[in-house]
Amino acid sequence: MGDRAYRWITTGFALVIPVLLGLIAISVFSAGWPALHKFGLGFFTSSDWDPVNEKFGAAPAIFGTIVSSAIALIIATPLAIGVAVFLSEFAPRWVRQPIAFLVDLLAAIPSVVYGLWGILVLVPFLRTYVMPFFKETLHLGDTPLFAGAAYGPSMLAAGSILAIMVLPFISAVTREVLLAVPRSQREAALALGATRWEMIWDAVLPYARSGIIGGVILGLGRALGETMAVTMVIGNRHEISASLFAPGYTMASQIANEFSEATTDLHVSSLMAVGAGLFVITVIVNVIARWLVWRMGRNQVA
Amino acid sequence: MTRWPILAAVLATWACSSDSSKKGSADTSHAAAATSTTSGADLTGAGATFPKPIYDKWFHDYAAKTGVKINYQANGSGAGIRQLSDETVDFGASDAPMSDSEMAKAKGGPIMHIPTVIGVVAISYNLPGVRQPLKLTGGLIADIFLGKITKWNDQRIAAVNQGVTLPASDILVVHRSEGSGTTYIFSDYLSAVSPAWKSGPGKGKELQWPVGLGGQGNPGVAGQVKQTPGAIGYVELAYVKQNNLSAALLQNAAGQFVAPSAASATAAAEAAKLPPNTDYRVSIVNAPGAAAYPIASFTYLLVYKNQPDATKAKKLTDFIRWALADGEKDASALDYAPLPGVLVSRLMTRLDSIAPGPAR
Repeated sequence: MGDRAYRWITTGFALVIPVLLGLIAISVFSAGWPALHKFGLGFFTSSDWDPVNEKFGAAPAIFGTIVSSAIALIIATPLAIGVAVFLSEFAPRWVRQPIAFLVDLLAAIPSVVYGLWGILVLVPFLRTYVMPFFKETLHLGDTPLFAGAAYGPSMLAAGSILAIMVLPFISAVTREVLLAVPRSQREAALALGATRWEMIWDAVLPYARSGIIGGVILGLGRALGETMAVTMVIGNRHEISASLFAPGYTMASQIANEFSEATTDLHVSSLMAVGAGLFVITVIVNVIARWLVWRMGRNQVA
Repeated sequence: MTRWPILAAVLATWACSSDSSKKGSADTSHAAAATSTTSGADLTGAGATFPKPIYDKWFHDYAAKTGVKINYQANGSGAGIRQLSDETVDFGASDAPMSDSEMAKAKGGPIMHIPTVIGVVAISYNLPGVRQPLKLTGGLIADIFLGKITKWNDQRIAAVNQGVTLPASDILVVHRSEGSGTTYIFSDYLSAVSPAWKSGPGKGKELQWPVGLGGQGNPGVAGQVKQTPGAIGYVELAYVKQNNLSAALLQNAAGQFVAPSAASATAAAEAAKLPPNTDYRVSIVNAPGAAAYPIASFTYLLVYKNQPDATKAKKLTDFIRWALADGEKDASALDYAPLPGVLVSRLMTRLDSIAPGPAR
């Protein structure tokens, strides 16, 4: 009897999740429907965002969301894996614990604090040192990637701050995965005459590959949805630009910025449609991630 | 098989992360802070953030004097209009007047606009080495924000600033990233002085900006201007003083260059010469008069003309009368411009027409 009650109760709890998710999806999509209906698929390809004339398109925000997250992963992934390899393979115990704790602490800092730090420290640093370095020292100012005036708030600033924010997620997962690689795997490599470096590169990392990818995707999921810190440093400009130094916009920051003052129905609906788009992108990323992890796990030779 | 526990761990952490990504969305903690004394409030209101400092002072002083508690949520003009239209608050507040279509959607019938104070929008800039206040005309500001003038030493800027050495640097335009009453006032002004602006970006709380980057709120724009040499942006007057920014002298309709100040904005409201039957949904930008500052606007309390609850109606009109008679004195100290005396006496008469009883 007790078993049965327990079973029904837990089943009920488990069912709450898909039901809740379904309700959120339905409400977001139905609220965004007037905009999607009016602009059609053009909503996702148009760069207009003109509340005065009620023309809306989400392309720059989608572009910004994907590009800022990509920059974040490009910066954070090698760093995070490096940190994890050091902590799990090289660091003595008295170093490992405090550093692991500090890396985990990065994940606990509220995003608005990252944003403030971004405005007060990161953005002036990028404007004063990093951007002039690329433009003047390396003479890359005329290439599309580094074109335009160096104002500070930019796609690069958003990507950099996101990199710091996702680093602890990737690093923590990678560390756990590396620590779980069986001792026999390492010993086998060493027994075959591998150096320590070869052991890590050829035996440990491939074994842990699926887990590391899982960690990276976990970071990506966080980067896609991050709102506050990005809003504070990205420059909030609704435009697609190839330049890393140009201001941009992300879907989440656009919704956060505009929702409270959006008065016309179409404007509100367009913001909900952007939300629906973000929802879809997140679902796609998660599906791809699970598929990758599954495939890697299956093909791997342990 | 040892790898499956690893994957499970990864996926579990991953599932947990999805809620952390949602924190930090548009939050209105300042609004929440304002509602700390909700219990026992006699009147509730919601709306514009711009007049919040003076409204807070008024509500505080009025409660101390009469015991009537008023709870105000500064959640934005748009939210204030929505909440008043849905009759979830007793009054709303907005920097921009409601449009006819917004008025038509209000569930409680006709809405009256009561101007309380005048907001002053300053054009602030960051030009190290330029000592004298910069002079700008409406046409220049429009062309800078349209991206037609891109360098500080442009001949047209130099022409109105004889004797000032302007740097050859790029102009960085900073605007508001979110919908805002300040943007409405500023774009209202640009539409009044520039046909190209009127037919281009136009007038609204949020625009499609031809150039520039967006800062969040007045503090965001002021901070960006303060940080970046070559920047120009529009902010409420109070933020110019708080951040020690430079503010441009603007050429008004009479051809005079005027500094932004409470006095010059009140002069603009006086010079606008509103007709006696006005509903106050009017613009006072680019007002005539030699002393008038051109970018000024009323900020409004929004109240239903027909009040279903007679007790609340009395409390509300009593408060507004007190604010107009006694509260206006506090305006200048908080960098708002007080209403001209002639408008105050006209508004007092107008308050008589607020009547108890449902409209429907």
